[in-house]
Amino acid sequence: MTLGPHADFIVAAYAVTAFVVAALIAWVVLDYSAQRRILGDLEERGVTRRSQRGNGR
Amino acid sequence: MAVIDLANPTRFLTLVNRVLPWLIAATVVLFIVGLARAMNAPDDYQQGATVKIMFLHVPAAWLGMMGWGLMSIAALGTLVWRHPLADVAGKAVAPIGAAFTFVCLITGSLWGRPTWGTYWVWDARLTSVLVLFLLYLGVLALYWTAEDPGRGSRAAAVLALVGAVNLPIIKFSVDWWNTLHQPASILRLGGSAIDPSILTPLLIMTGAFTLLFFTLYLAAMRNEILRRRVRSMRMVQAQEARA
Repeated sequence: MTLGPHADFIVAAYAVTAFVVAALIAWVVLDYSAQRRILGDLEERGVTRRSQRGNGR
Repeated sequence: MAVIDLANPTRFLTLVNRVLPWLIAATVVLFIVGLARAMNAPDDYQQGATVKIMFLHVPAAWLGMMGWGLMSIAALGTLVWRHPLADVAGKAVAPIGAAFTFVCLITGSLWGRPTWGTYWVWDARLTSVLVLFLLYLGVLALYWTAEDPGRGSRAAAVLALVGAVNLPIIKFSVDWWNTLHQPASILRLGGSAIDPSILTPLLIMTGAFTLLFFTLYLAAMRNEILRRRVRSMRMVQAQEARA
């Protein structure tokens, strides 16, 4: 596969796309682990949501 | 499970946890196939190898517009039915749609320089996509900076509905005005104008990016539901501390 005289433009387009996709994946993964950690901390301290109280918690 | 049951956040989370691993696997497989086909696609007779940028640019453009379409539907759910999951859906899709619109603009510029001789021109298609990106930033600002989350969500939903007017403008801009951007070449009367050797990898890449979009979207919705649970638990904690 040869990219010809405009290889820089093609490589830059793929690099930018890969960077943005990687940033989106990192955002959802890190945000998920952060929310799970905070929820775990709150539950450990015995804090419950109002909707859970009706279930005997 | 009936579709209406999914409107319950807890049931929705169960479904997302079940579906996400399969979506991730399908996305990875489709990207491997799509990238292999894209890299081995022949050069265009006019544009040469720069046609490979199309395999990123077209899916990004499609997803930027689809993201706004989904946000508009969610906005109806927020404003008309005031359903919390609709608000979650609208808030979660905004950064993903903005990111793909950004990719569309950057890859378009990088494709335009060798093809047209310029990175940017204020023609109707490019300008309307830039407006879409700015509208996304406006929605994100409303979601992220409003002091009262409910008020911010309603304002963002109104902007989402108003901004939906831009979608047909983007689509038909190349027909309504004289633009440097080419007219529609995939979805058009009389069939696609693209040779199958390039169209097939383009469709596979579009499918891969669409799966990626929905994988990220469901994961972001799950995060937003968890964030709201954290907020409600903190409010309970604060009320108990005060009592």
